[in-house]
Amino acid sequence: MQDFAASFLEAFQLVLGFNSGLLEIVWLSLKVSMTAVVVAAIIGLPIGAFLAVSRFPGRGIIIVTVTAMMGLPPVVVGLVVYLLLSNAGVLGPLQLLYTPTAMIIAQTILVVPIIAALARQTLEDLNVEYRDQLKLFGLGSFARLRTLLWEGRYSLMTTLLAGFGRAVAEVGAVIIVGGNINHVTRVMTTTIALETSKGNLALALGLGIVLVVIAFTINALAFLLRAAAERSAYV
Amino acid sequence: MNRKAGLIVGFCMVVSTALTLGGQSAAQDHILLQSTTSTQNSGLYEHLLPLFEKQSGIQVRVVAVGTGQAIKNARNCDGDVLLVHAKAAELAFVEEGSGTVRHDLMYNDFVLVGPATDPAGIKGMMKIGAALEKIARARAAFVSRGDNSGTHKKETALWAATDVDPVGYSGTWYRETGSGMGATLNTASAMDAYALTDRATWISFGNKADHIVLIEGDPDLFNQYGVILVNKERCPNIKDRAGQQFIDWLLSPQGQGAIGRYRLNGEQLFYPNGS
Amino acid sequence: MQSNTRPVLPLIAKGLFVRRKGRVLLDVDSIAIDGSGTTVLVGPNGAGKSLLLKVLSGLRVPDKGQISWNGLAPDRQRYCRFGFVLQNPVMLRRSALSNVEYALRAVGHDKSEAKRRAPIVLEEAGLTSLASASARVLSGGEMQRLALARALAAGPDLLFLDEPTSSLDPASVLAIEAMVKNASRDGMRIVLIAHDLAQAKRVGDEIIFMHRGKIAENVPMEQFFKQPGTPEAEAFIAGKILVPKEQQ
Repeated sequence: MQDFAASFLEAFQLVLGFNSGLLEIVWLSLKVSMTAVVVAAIIGLPIGAFLAVSRFPGRGIIIVTVTAMMGLPPVVVGLVVYLLLSNAGVLGPLQLLYTPTAMIIAQTILVVPIIAALARQTLEDLNVEYRDQLKLFGLGSFARLRTLLWEGRYSLMTTLLAGFGRAVAEVGAVIIVGGNINHVTRVMTTTIALETSKGNLALALGLGIVLVVIAFTINALAFLLRAAAERSAYV
Repeated sequence: MNRKAGLIVGFCMVVSTALTLGGQSAAQDHILLQSTTSTQNSGLYEHLLPLFEKQSGIQVRVVAVGTGQAIKNARNCDGDVLLVHAKAAELAFVEEGSGTVRHDLMYNDFVLVGPATDPAGIKGMMKIGAALEKIARARAAFVSRGDNSGTHKKETALWAATDVDPVGYSGTWYRETGSGMGATLNTASAMDAYALTDRATWISFGNKADHIVLIEGDPDLFNQYGVILVNKERCPNIKDRAGQQFIDWLLSPQGQGAIGRYRLNGEQLFYPNGS
Repeated sequence: MQSNTRPVLPLIAKGLFVRRKGRVLLDVDSIAIDGSGTTVLVGPNGAGKSLLLKVLSGLRVPDKGQISWNGLAPDRQRYCRFGFVLQNPVMLRRSALSNVEYALRAVGHDKSEAKRRAPIVLEEAGLTSLASASARVLSGGEMQRLALARALAAGPDLLFLDEPTSSLDPASVLAIEAMVKNASRDGMRIVLIAHDLAQAKRVGDEIIFMHRGKIAENVPMEQFFKQPGTPEAEAFIAGKILVPKEQQ
């Protein structure tokens, strides 16, 4: 297929041309998805940590539910957030529909289950090893959880990256609640969807390649960060 | 303590970012246009909107979806102005009180596109109805939007005038994509199928493969675009003054002239007929 | 120094009983730990030595029985002066120095105080050269010394050690034993599970011999070797393997 060759060329031209429009779109993508991941981490990590160390009736059901919600269809999440934020919805007065904030909300909902479920597994495994030692330090459960989170930071970083991957690659939710408005809510994935609908397949693929390169760069940075931390003796 | 402070600072940054990002929507100098996709995909807005924005200082934000979706969004008060192409649905929108007044804005036409090999042999036919019947008889692949959009509504109306009910053949030679115009044309390209599209989208479409326009010029293929201000009485949040200003400009000699001057690949895509 | 710590001793437990899947793991009528000196806990594998220390330290809740630390119920958050070096001590993912700092913070020292004291603790354990090394990549001997130093940093009245020298080289064994003896000389009450009797003789003042979840003997060190009070103890000293009854 000549489309692949053409799209690599497009991708190169996009990057080398340093198109300011592209920069705007990439920047908004990163801003929205990173904010969503940070907010999702603030919500999801404590949920995961709590589920990891606590025992109560119904815990199994909650864990299964949270894990299943990793597979939430973005379009459904987008639709629900749209219905809430719409002027006809309960949160209409906030006037958030078709703003980056709406996109952050939708992506946060998509990412929270991923972070909570993966963190739960990581911390539960870690807790088996650490439980007695942390109890011996005489710490309260809150301080123990904090230590567990810090001890699991490298695994949890991978969890956050998984969440970021989901957020930045997702199109179904942001196109509904963001509206793909030029210069306001247009991100990488919605641009790809738009160019595909215009039949500009090479350009769409080229943008896809740019997206992959960005995701690769972020993961590589995280990897290097960990390597550097390990070198400075904090294994 | 440092880590805790860092966390708090980080959290504040996130919240403030979220607020600034959201805060843009609170500004009064923009309106939201719920629009059909053809006007956006053809590049008309990139030609038109800067002219209006420069003159009025009002930014027009376009949400481009199918006509059916655009009307639904506007009915939910999620838009100040509606610009679509399905006259009956537009009039119903005004009738039910969701919109104020409907204005004709511009027109172009629909075309029937298909593979150059033309398996049903319809090329050169003058009447769209006869061509559709011939496609049905030949069981030649036909791709439909199937998404309640303006183009889909038009296509349904055209079939209704024939003696064929294509939905009965859905899944055989009649394929409903349930997608936008672009996705549907991509499908038609890949399947060597016929499809109905508006001319603006077709001209600007980048993945024509070996598809060409086979039927055009039938008065039944007329494609009228209309513009409506969403009714403030039903939707107190809408910016009726800025929205009306935009509609007035579109209908003014200036706006109409700008529409008529827009060319893509040397072709005129829209013909102003505002009133 | 620390407002939230209270003395642990005397530690008194009565009627401790733990059963898992129909098997009695622990069945101790009474045990009291007070005063000073070093008690060595010996017995065949599966005799319940580790479980006894975990129950006494509040890590495991027994099926039955009462435990009191200085007359009150066990509560690790209030009694910080109670050290325990686990059989497999868990090092936090940070440097050796930070591990000690963490332990100091955990018993209520503020940050600057913890930072001031941690290097001193490391020095006493002869680990100064490893201060900035990652605690999780230390050798077995170094890690065990660090674990002991970390436990000693809190200045405990009572220290439990669960086979602190198993699988260590002779030099590391001597280093650990020296640290234990020093602590004992300074008045710390020590209970240590030993995996060999020679070590028991080197460090212990008193010995507890456990067999099938029960305390079979609790006598001064000398007496245990000269005149063991039970046939099981005699067999154990002679190096005969004691197989649990149901497996015979």
